[in-house]
Parts: sequence; structure tokens; C-alpha cells
Amino acid sequence: MDINDLRSIMTVVSLLTFLGIVWWAYGMKGNKQRFEEAANLPFSDEGADRAELGLSRNEQRKTS
Amino acid sequence: MSETQSMYNYKVVRQFAVMTVIWGIVGMLVGVIIASQLVWPELNFGPWLSYGRLRPLHTNAVIFAFGGCALFATSYYVVQRTCHARLFAGGLAAFTFWGWQLVILLAAISLPLGFTQGKEYAELEWPIDILITVVWVSYAVVFFGTIAKRTVSHIYVANWFFGAMILTVAVLHLVNSAAVPVLAAGILTPKSYSAYAGVQDAMIQWWYGHNAVGFFLTAGFLGIMYYFVPKQAGRPVYSYRLSVVHFWALIFTYMWAGPHHLHYTALPDWTQSVGMIFSLILLAPSWGGMINGIMTLSGAWHKLRDDPILKFLITSLSFYGMSTFEGPMMSIKTVNALSHYTDWTVGHVHSGALGWVAMVTIGSMYYLLPRLFGKPQMHSVKLMTVHFWVATIGIVLYIASMWISGVMQGLMWRSGNADGTLAYSFVESVKVTYPFYAIRLVGGLLFLCGMLIMAYNMFKTMAGGSTADAPVLLAAGQHA
Repeated sequence: MDINDLRSIMTVVSLLTFLGIVWWAYGMKGNKQRFEEAANLPFSDEGADRAELGLSRNEQRKTS
Repeated sequence: MSETQSMYNYKVVRQFAVMTVIWGIVGMLVGVIIASQLVWPELNFGPWLSYGRLRPLHTNAVIFAFGGCALFATSYYVVQRTCHARLFAGGLAAFTFWGWQLVILLAAISLPLGFTQGKEYAELEWPIDILITVVWVSYAVVFFGTIAKRTVSHIYVANWFFGAMILTVAVLHLVNSAAVPVLAAGILTPKSYSAYAGVQDAMIQWWYGHNAVGFFLTAGFLGIMYYFVPKQAGRPVYSYRLSVVHFWALIFTYMWAGPHHLHYTALPDWTQSVGMIFSLILLAPSWGGMINGIMTLSGAWHKLRDDPILKFLITSLSFYGMSTFEGPMMSIKTVNALSHYTDWTVGHVHSGALGWVAMVTIGSMYYLLPRLFGKPQMHSVKLMTVHFWVATIGIVLYIASMWISGVMQGLMWRSGNADGTLAYSFVESVKVTYPFYAIRLVGGLLFLCGMLIMAYNMFKTMAGGSTADAPVLLAAGQHA
């Protein structure tokens, strides 16, 4: 087998992998829940946000 | 768990954040100096402060000192907060700070002295390259170590972008910086020659160069975008699924775009075409990311009116969209025949570097600085808004003048007479660019003024601030 065959195979495998990822992200219904969980990760530690803004436990964030 | 283990490590974030602003001023000041030299050539003092030596100092300072410190600061902050874990190997993290500052210092000394490998954005000589490698590997250990000890199950998308940046930059740096040091009188000298020759050397250089843009200046700063835009907007990213596809599409396509820097050179034609096609494909993931960031604000557009942090972040995404549209267009061979080697390229780079990289950095620093010093907000919100407008006007002046100047140069260089001779001599094209170089200088000066306003605001915010670290809290509803 020519090295160029290997290169072609590599390109096709890469494309298929990418299409697989697209299907994993959009096609699999079961993933919706886990993506929502992940998307909310930046908002999972409001306590640390309050502490670093120098606010007490009950105060709301003034900015944003 | 002991007391220290239950707090986030903000010390290293604080150090990198402050140095981001300081190096931003230094790097942009050198930019203003070389822009002045193009208007008044008399300003070239001696060989050390000549344009040829200061220009790589400018690019290294803004990319690796300003941009690099911003990436370290934000990635160390984001990885801790989204992993709910204290930074792994605190001593090693401190080493990355001092090591990176040493790299910057050595660059600032060696480049004016004339030590260079002559590769754009990889000018630093081999001893500094080795130091960069050691610091970068330490960075990878700290970053991926923190991800490994996370107390939540998911790895947030921002960390994917930061991680890709760290891995890819390591590969790029090692391959492109491979060089043979010169041995003189039995001693190794700081001078070296590339391990590659001819067109292979050029191709490896631009595989490096374009992926430095793609992974250092794009993937890394997209990591910043994916954390700070949702945080400041107060809502999760528009589509997390789109962010997954965005990430992998960028990873699969960026690597191949480099040859567009070598159109109409000794590089084989098919390689040039591959580079052009992949550059055109890149438009899709780039705009996917831009839309994802901007649409995060959907339903909360009113926040843009009086929140200068969001102004910076959303404007940076607009410039990202503009320059990632312009880039693929310029990679088309026939367009490149007009644009290459002209000021248009310089304008394009600064639309990305000032508009996207610097604006997203400034926005994230305004978010971070008060938090790192225990304040509810920056010393003056008004000055942040002033900074935003001064910077925006500066960028517009800069890129508009370079567009005009670049297109004019391209048209003059290609126009010929009926007998086959050139219609213009080179110096005629230099002469007509003169007013635009002056406008560019004004634009750069405005941007630098914005950074000085930021520094004043930063020191005022730091004064009397507390440097207490925030506690590591276990995430609600997340399972390890």
C-alpha cells in the first residue's frame, strides 16, 4: 500500500470522527441533560462569587 | 481537608492578571514607537532601537507577554472555579509565573541586541526556547492536574479550549523551534540555525505561525469567552451543543490553514490550494463560535447599555466575526495576490489582535480584578466606559487606515504600462501611504491611552483591597 492511501484513509477517518461528534452532540437525545448540567457549571458556586466580591452571605451581586 | 486546601489559589491568578495590564502597556508602547518610526524614520536610534529589532519585540510582547499572562490568569481561574478544586501543584504554578516573566525579560534584552532565529513569532533563540518548554510543560501539569482532581463530573467547555491551546502550542513550539546551535571555539553560542531548510522550513514556520494564531490567540481566548460572557451576562451559554461542535470543528480544520501564508511561492500549488480551502472552511466554526457567544446575551440585550464589561466582551466577538470573515477572503489566491505583503495584512492582524484578543482580555480582566482584590466592582465604572470608547475608536482608525493604505499599495504594485514596465516605482507607493501611517499612529496611541486608563483604574482598585482567596465549595447537584 502506498503512503498516499494511508493519508487518504486518515482524512476519511477524521471526517467520519467529526460527523460522529456532530451526531453525539445533536443526534443523541440522552445527552441533552448532561449538556445542560455542563452549561450551568459556571453558576454552581455563587457562594465563592459572593465571597470574592466582598459581599456578605445575604447580599445580592450588584453588578450584572 | 486542611484550611489551605479548601481555598482557591488566587495568588497566581492575581500576579498574572496585574502583569497582563503592565505588559499590555509595554507591548503597545513599543508598537506606538515603531508606528512613529514609520512616520518619522529619524526615530531609529542606533541598531538596538531600530525598527527591525523593535518590531519582533512588539509582537512578542503583545502576544506572549500580554496575551500569555492573560491566558495564564484566566485559565488558572476558570479551571479552578469550574472544576471546584484548588489548583494542582501550587509551587509549580508559582514557577510558571516567575518562569514566564523571566522569558519575557530575556526577550526584551535579547531581541534589541539582535539575537534572533528569524522566524516570525518564534524569534527567541534556543536557550530561551528551552526555558519556554520547561515553563509550558509545568503549565500543562498544573492545568491538567487540576482537571484530574475536579470534584464535578463534567469538564466545562472553556477548559477544553484552554487544554487544546496548551497541548497544541507545546507541539508547535517544539517542532518549529528545532535548531542547531552554533559552536564557536568549543563553546555553545546563543546563535542557532533552523533544523529545516528551504520550502520545508517555510512550510513548518507557517504551520507554526498560523496555528499560533489559531490555538494561542483563538482557542485560548475562546476559552475566556466561554466562561466570562455567560458569567457576566448571568445566563448559560446560548447552545452548549454548538460549543462542542465548534470546538471539534476548529480542532479538525485549523491545522491545515497555514499554507495560505505562502501563496505564489515555491510551495507546491496543491499545498497552497489545500491551505486556501481549509481557510475557507474555517469560516463556519469561527462564526458558529461568534454566534454562540453573542446569542448568549439574547433576551438580555439591555445589559449591554450600561455594563462596560459586556461592551468589551460583545464588541470583541464582533471583531472576531469580522476578522474571521476577512481572513478566509484574504486566503483566496486571487484576493491574496492583491493583499499579500501590503498593509492590508497588518490591518487584518490588528482587527483580530486589538479587536478580538485585546478586547476580550480587557473585559475579562475588568471582571477578574475587583474579585481578586475583594471589591464589588472596579474603582471607577465610568473610566471603564471611557476606556471602551477610546479603544474602539483607536481600533477603527487603525484598521481603516491600513485597509486604504494596503489596497492602494496592492493596486499600485500590480499596475503596469502597455510596454510591460511597472507603472509606479516602489518609493511612489511609500509616499502615498504616509498620511495613513500617521492615522495608524493616532489609532495605536488611542488604544495605548485606554490601557493607561485601565492601569490607573486597576491600581485604584487594588489599593486597600483584600487578597483573601474564595472558598472551594462543592457544587450543588453535581456528582464526582
